[in-house]
Amino acid sequence: MQIPIETETLANGLRVTYSEDHVAPLVAVNLWYHVGSANEREGRTGFAHLFEHMLFQGSANVEANEHFELVQRAGGTLNGSTWLDRTNYYETVPSNQLAIALWLEAVRMGCLLPALTQQKLDTQRDVVKNERRWSVDNQPYGTWWEKLPALTFPSTHPYHHSLIGSMEHLSEASLQDVAEFFTTWYTPDNAVLTIAGDFDPAEARALVHQYFGAIPRNASPPSRPDFAVPPRFERPMREVVEDDVQLPRAIVAMRIPPSGSDAWYAASVAAAVLGMRKGSRLYRRLVRELQVAADAGAYTFDLTKGADLFVVDATANANVTPDRLEQAVHDELDAFALDGVTDAEIARALALIETDFVSSLQSAQERADTLSKFATYFGDAALVNEQPARYQRVTASEVTAFAKEWCTSDNRATLLYVPQQPVAQEEAA
Amino acid sequence: MTAIDMSVRPTPGAPRAYTFPAFESVTLPNGLRIVIAPQRKLPLVTVLALVDAGSVADPVGQEGVAQLTASLVTEGTGDLTGAALAELVELMGSSLDSGADWDSSVVKLTTLSSRLPEAISVLARGLTDPSLPEDEFQRLRTERLADLLQQRSEPRSLADEAFAQVIYAPGARYAKPDGGTEQSVRALTLDQLRAFHADRYSPVVTTVVLVGDVSVDGGIALVTKVLGDWTGTRPSDSSAPDTTLLTARGVRIVRKIDAPQSELRVGHVGPRRLTPDYFPLVLCNAILGGLFSSRLNLNLREEHAYTYGAHSGFDWRRWAGPFSMDAAVQSDVSAKAVREILNEFEKIRAEPVTASELSLAKSYLDGVFPIRFESTRAIASALASQSIFGLPADYYDTYRASIRAVTAEQILKASEVHLHPDRLQVVAVGDADSISSDLSALGHGLVTVVDPIDALGQ
Repeated sequence: MQIPIETETLANGLRVTYSEDHVAPLVAVNLWYHVGSANEREGRTGFAHLFEHMLFQGSANVEANEHFELVQRAGGTLNGSTWLDRTNYYETVPSNQLAIALWLEAVRMGCLLPALTQQKLDTQRDVVKNERRWSVDNQPYGTWWEKLPALTFPSTHPYHHSLIGSMEHLSEASLQDVAEFFTTWYTPDNAVLTIAGDFDPAEARALVHQYFGAIPRNASPPSRPDFAVPPRFERPMREVVEDDVQLPRAIVAMRIPPSGSDAWYAASVAAAVLGMRKGSRLYRRLVRELQVAADAGAYTFDLTKGADLFVVDATANANVTPDRLEQAVHDELDAFALDGVTDAEIARALALIETDFVSSLQSAQERADTLSKFATYFGDAALVNEQPARYQRVTASEVTAFAKEWCTSDNRATLLYVPQQPVAQEEAA
Repeated sequence: MTAIDMSVRPTPGAPRAYTFPAFESVTLPNGLRIVIAPQRKLPLVTVLALVDAGSVADPVGQEGVAQLTASLVTEGTGDLTGAALAELVELMGSSLDSGADWDSSVVKLTTLSSRLPEAISVLARGLTDPSLPEDEFQRLRTERLADLLQQRSEPRSLADEAFAQVIYAPGARYAKPDGGTEQSVRALTLDQLRAFHADRYSPVVTTVVLVGDVSVDGGIALVTKVLGDWTGTRPSDSSAPDTTLLTARGVRIVRKIDAPQSELRVGHVGPRRLTPDYFPLVLCNAILGGLFSSRLNLNLREEHAYTYGAHSGFDWRRWAGPFSMDAAVQSDVSAKAVREILNEFEKIRAEPVTASELSLAKSYLDGVFPIRFESTRAIASALASQSIFGLPADYYDTYRASIRAVTAEQILKASEVHLHPDRLQVVAVGDADSISSDLSALGHGLVTVVDPIDALGQ
């Protein structure tokens, strides 16, 4: 199963990947900009994401509210998302509508600023504040995804601050900030474009050159922040968060080498061993045997710069105290760091990873996003075709070595959510 | 490179034809129905075993029994414990899950096609002969109670459950959570689960859907091998559930102290899935609150910035399910937001939708049709709906034409018949102290305030 891949780089620096197949009459367009919350300036937390909202507010050639409408009228789906170090925008459309999707991406890359107004910014600022209330402030455990990076990266580090941003900083964002951010980061040489699905290669290339070819590259590419951190925490860290929740939750993060490294592949398999599905070790031990947790999982953040995080989380069963939950999670990590893994555990993990990979190839947009990811982070979209073999090369001894080196107690940061009021007394069933 | 004029919008080429995946269905001598849609794109197969034993089949007082029984089906069979079963399936790289929704219980398998024979054999053993062990029953019941406890702090779950309580009469099955209430789940016994499985799980009410890298003949042979000997009769009691609805207006506030947002639900009981007005209502909803460019979202988000998103939807079930308009709005504009929602609701049934709105909704629903069916799971799920609701065999082949045929007049007519301003219930999960007086001032019927624990159907 090889994804067909053709690549080219335009004179302005835009890197383009074409992946052609004709299984269904649809095509995915996916554009990654190599900028995220890590690139925000001091006092502007949340700005990269607020900016993403502004890209749906029209451009010199597109009216406000028209961007969504044009794609939907074409029979397509669309969205965008902001992450620590990248922002993506994407459409999936019927294959005869490829041109409108490419044109919309090009006009906003080429001429966004003339369409921006204070009113649009004020509206999206309030929308984003409501997004923050919805996903963070009024959601049980919702603060975890700003508290965990804050706990695990030094205050000066680009990953430390909140991605969704503080209300104060969102209030301070100005049109001037929008213009500067756009000019600095939203240029073709800082973007990768992927087209996947049912298209005619010659026609697609011609459209890409027509629409994107004349957009100037950044004459003075910006400097990127320093992502370097010490390789380990060197001491246990812990934060207790009182929240409007009924059940305690323990989130334990370990600092590990960045995504793409050999140790990271071992970590990725370790996450499957520990936390993927019901046959995983955490489910077996914490949920099935000890019954201290109602749910448990493990995953990597997949950060490619500086360091990544390896995270284990568990939500308590009814009547289980925060301390007992926390202790049980650390006991499992202790056992993992001491004894490593068995061949059978690795076989299970690799089999699940393989099936998930095949499943992920079904959606044109998911293929396109993966191609953009490898092109953005590693400079080579074709790496996607090496992933199954790369995972199969991971051995039990490598995962055991990973566990012994990176999962020790001095490299763990624990975020413990506890109910604000005492848990209601529930009889154990 | 010659510069081109970017103000010129591209026009689409000729659309390429698309047909919904071809499928065949057969019924085995024991009454089991098989639906197979070969898709040879990738070495992957999804299997859904659907049993007509959804939460609506819960006996009164045993709410939650369908879900717990379904969960236990993959927790051990024969000499396999639950843990051993999970291990066996996952060593093949397969995933096997089970659960129940309102209309059916389902066991789901996704596997590489090379492992299909072994994996479907495990599915079949669990489905027909589960151990239903005491220890796993106790564990899963405790987890369901933990889940209910958790929901007391989850605004979205609280809003959904409180909404069900105010639109259905107290005795209606749909008034209570599909997974049961704390009271009903606590009272469940293993014998009740065993009886439910014995009564309700039968080949005559089961459909097995296979989609992916499998041939029609190969699929039939496999299913016949693992389920052909299963025997069973039609369940004795298959009557319609009580779906009595409430017909007054009112405002129900669920207290969440200091909440920065109010989680809103506005609506009433809608029609059942097989309503002849289905397509006009789908378009009506797309325009009202189904699309990003819908009236509700453009009003509440893009014009007023009250919310991150406003939506509406019919919860299509075999019997009459809810219709609701939803948004999480910042607390201080709760009443204003409800007012806008009520206005949009009035407007959509007062005058025809515009030609532009209609063409947008139609071209969207028509165009995204192929995009909805890229995965074996999505195709299997569509075939499952067809089976559960008894949709015609050519339903997906005619879907796009049915969408395109709807007129603004039909939408208006369907709105008048199915949307009822005099029955609209409003639910707000939020800071009762600061929002209740504004909500009272709306004059939208009786205002009641409850605590979260009472919103979960005690």
